[in-house]
Amino acid sequence: MRRKPLGLALSLLLVWLVAYPISLVLLESVGGPGEWTLEHLVAFMSDSFEWSALWASVWISLASVALAGAIGIPVGFFFETFTFPGRRILGALIALPVVLPPLVGVIAFMFLYGESGFITRLVGAALGLDGSPWRFRGAGAILLVHAYSMYVYFYLFTRAGLAKVDASMIEAAQSLGCSQWQTVRRVVLPLLRPQILAAALLTFMTSLGSFSAPYIFGGVFRVMTIQIVNSKLNGNMNAAMVETVALASVAFIALWLFGRAGARRSVAATGKGVASAARNLEQPLARWVAAVLGWTFAVVLLLPHVTLIVVSFVPFGTWTTQLIPPEYSLGNYAQLIQEPERLRPLVNSLWMAAAATIGALSLALWAGRNIVQRKAVLKGVIDRLLNVPWAVPGTVLAIAIATTFSVYAPWVGRWILVGTVLILPLAYLIRNIPITAGSVIAGFRQLDPAFDEAAASLGAGRLKTLRRITIPLLKPALLAGGALAFVTAVGDFVTSIQLYTFNTRPVSIEIVAALRDFDLGMAAVYGVVLMLVSAGAMVLGTRR
Amino acid sequence: MSQAGLHLEHLTKRFGDHVAVRDLSLSVPPGSILALLGPSGSGKTTTLRLIAGFETLDSGSVTVDGEDVTALRPADRRFGMVFQHYALFPHLNVGENVRFGLARSLSAAERRQRVAESLALVDLRGFEERRVNELSGGQQQRVAVARAVAPRPRVLLFDEPLSNLDPALRERTRRELRAAINQIGVTTVFVTHEQEEAFALGDVVAVLRNGGLEQVATPTELYEKPISHFVATFVGRATTLKGVMISADRVRVATGIEWPVTSPVALEAGQQVSVTVRPEMFVSSDEVGLTGTVREVRYTGARAFFEVDTQLGNVEFEADVHAARVGDTVWLSARNARAFPRRGK
Repeated sequence: MRRKPLGLALSLLLVWLVAYPISLVLLESVGGPGEWTLEHLVAFMSDSFEWSALWASVWISLASVALAGAIGIPVGFFFETFTFPGRRILGALIALPVVLPPLVGVIAFMFLYGESGFITRLVGAALGLDGSPWRFRGAGAILLVHAYSMYVYFYLFTRAGLAKVDASMIEAAQSLGCSQWQTVRRVVLPLLRPQILAAALLTFMTSLGSFSAPYIFGGVFRVMTIQIVNSKLNGNMNAAMVETVALASVAFIALWLFGRAGARRSVAATGKGVASAARNLEQPLARWVAAVLGWTFAVVLLLPHVTLIVVSFVPFGTWTTQLIPPEYSLGNYAQLIQEPERLRPLVNSLWMAAAATIGALSLALWAGRNIVQRKAVLKGVIDRLLNVPWAVPGTVLAIAIATTFSVYAPWVGRWILVGTVLILPLAYLIRNIPITAGSVIAGFRQLDPAFDEAAASLGAGRLKTLRRITIPLLKPALLAGGALAFVTAVGDFVTSIQLYTFNTRPVSIEIVAALRDFDLGMAAVYGVVLMLVSAGAMVLGTRR
Repeated sequence: MSQAGLHLEHLTKRFGDHVAVRDLSLSVPPGSILALLGPSGSGKTTTLRLIAGFETLDSGSVTVDGEDVTALRPADRRFGMVFQHYALFPHLNVGENVRFGLARSLSAAERRQRVAESLALVDLRGFEERRVNELSGGQQQRVAVARAVAPRPRVLLFDEPLSNLDPALRERTRRELRAAINQIGVTTVFVTHEQEEAFALGDVVAVLRNGGLEQVATPTELYEKPISHFVATFVGRATTLKGVMISADRVRVATGIEWPVTSPVALEAGQQVSVTVRPEMFVSSDEVGLTGTVREVRYTGARAFFEVDTQLGNVEFEADVHAARVGDTVWLSARNARAFPRRGK
């Protein structure tokens, strides 16, 4: 009987999109065919500056994990364990940083805590200082931004994990004499281990690839992502390649270590899976203390969003030494709508992100069908390839894509796409593959395989089944994956800064350009629009 | 040569080293109902999936009404299938589910008519606009039947059709299902692991074991004339004892205890055999025959099953509920038994 190597075409496409560019960077770092050399590698190894940048990347990522975990886990426990006035709305509000594109989060922090930020001016005035009371720069500033944007991973994962902890486990521990604290430490936390590890891995990888915060706040403090882009901008491509390989190696080692930690002792709760109900705080005082704590936390977290909105109404050049901006108008928004050159980056970002998302969703559908429904021979290979872009920092991926698609050699799958309108959508698509694939494949796994067979038994061909059954049933997964992919692409900065052309410049590049021109209002307008677009996409993506 | 009905010829299917279906040949006359009965892992579901085309045959062929459909995709076979968990499309309402398989060539009015007819067949008139998740298990099952029959399939396939229903509903649904199939007169194959279901629904029952066909026969024939010791014990209840043939139609199970037997093969005097006796074939005898003490009584209404410890082992017989009590000594004789040659003897 006929047996096709199922999944071969998809595997080849993924190799070309994902593995091939990264392999080319690896080759280039040792000179490439014809001129093999370890010279660049040796130069890297003997340069203490390079080592300190690499170390900085590692420790700041570890510190980000610790700080984000220290905030996110207790907050997750707090919201999942107690009920108090406003718990539901607060619980949703404090997850908001997740819809703030990294660069927008960074500039919001700058408007708030930067040398001329609101809080800085307020504190300075309160203390009667002439200058700013602090310099919001270096590792501390980066860490704060990371903790702000990444605690959400711990918060959401902890809540999801707690919602699955069987109430009878907790009752069993208490019936065996455990105090509340002992129950948390000896029963609940071990059960939450998979979620906490997943959040830690996500935070570590995001921090390792973080670019916006080090770019804006780093100053003399250099991390590897910045180092790579600087080497490339200075024309030192060999150094950029070796640095890229070094950062990618750290990412893969981290992924391997986290994988080992996860595999070593993963526990699954057995039982009826009835989650323990949140405890209503009975004492009025306790209820109000909890509510005040919750609202204070939410206000602190929402300040960056509010600041961004406020600054977006400040006309150019009107806010200099005053404590708060003296003038407000809709002028910046009017400019955005009326001036085609102002609007262009926004249009660019929207269409490029949409195209990349549609491409990544199509790939995810193809992959899901091969991995889950048809159990392709190459499903293991496909699965690994789909996850590679997630493990590779954005800077590394951008360098790899730039290297691959700046040469015309069609016989080895290389075309000149750098400098064309295609390069950014392609880069966004590759970065989005793990996001859409993760969601869509999970969706496929929840689909009863009998639906496909039922459609076939009723005479439906492959296309009709896809159109009438698979896609409608996968709608929640497609919307969720699509929304997250779109949000990532529309606010992308790290890939864009290396691959954009003037005609295809996206919003993030325009934000940095506006900041450079001290046009804070315009930068904030772009930030607000990105924030609204992202929030809109997320609302659409989570609709059922 | 054109043959009406469904014909399976030498079907073989392997999964790696495991042979799921082994050289299986079967014929289902047009309009009749075949039950595939067997324990877990006997290959019955794989056989059904091979007929439907969801699994690819390693060898053999499937023919329907003279047409070899072996190479056809499931979508092109025009077979209807009712899945174990029904597989109703949750995003479509009842009417849309039933309409799903109807040909594009039908006009809108014809489609509406066909949907209404199919729903009427399963006694769900006017259910078109209902959401499938608002229906009870029994109603979902009937929608699945309506959906499968709406395109007027050549063969109807059922995978464990009643296994998801509670016992009270099962019997009623079984009757309704049988009536609906008879009404449309479609050739039907269904899979079950329950003998009662196979006997109630199937005109013919095929007993499968380890991927091979053990026996195919009417329910009565299967029960009364099982072809192997496996069929005798898998289909219905039976006590198995060892015996020695004393003539072609009598067996001795112990000194002085001889019973009449039938056998699927010719047996000679002196041959070692396994003897199976149905519970209702035992009769109480007056201090002759097999003796033992009643260990357990299981009431089923007017009749009861009695577990008896005898010198030959455990024996089960069926009688009036007042025939004996726990602890009583009873003497049993068999009115009829079935003998099978013992392997290795």
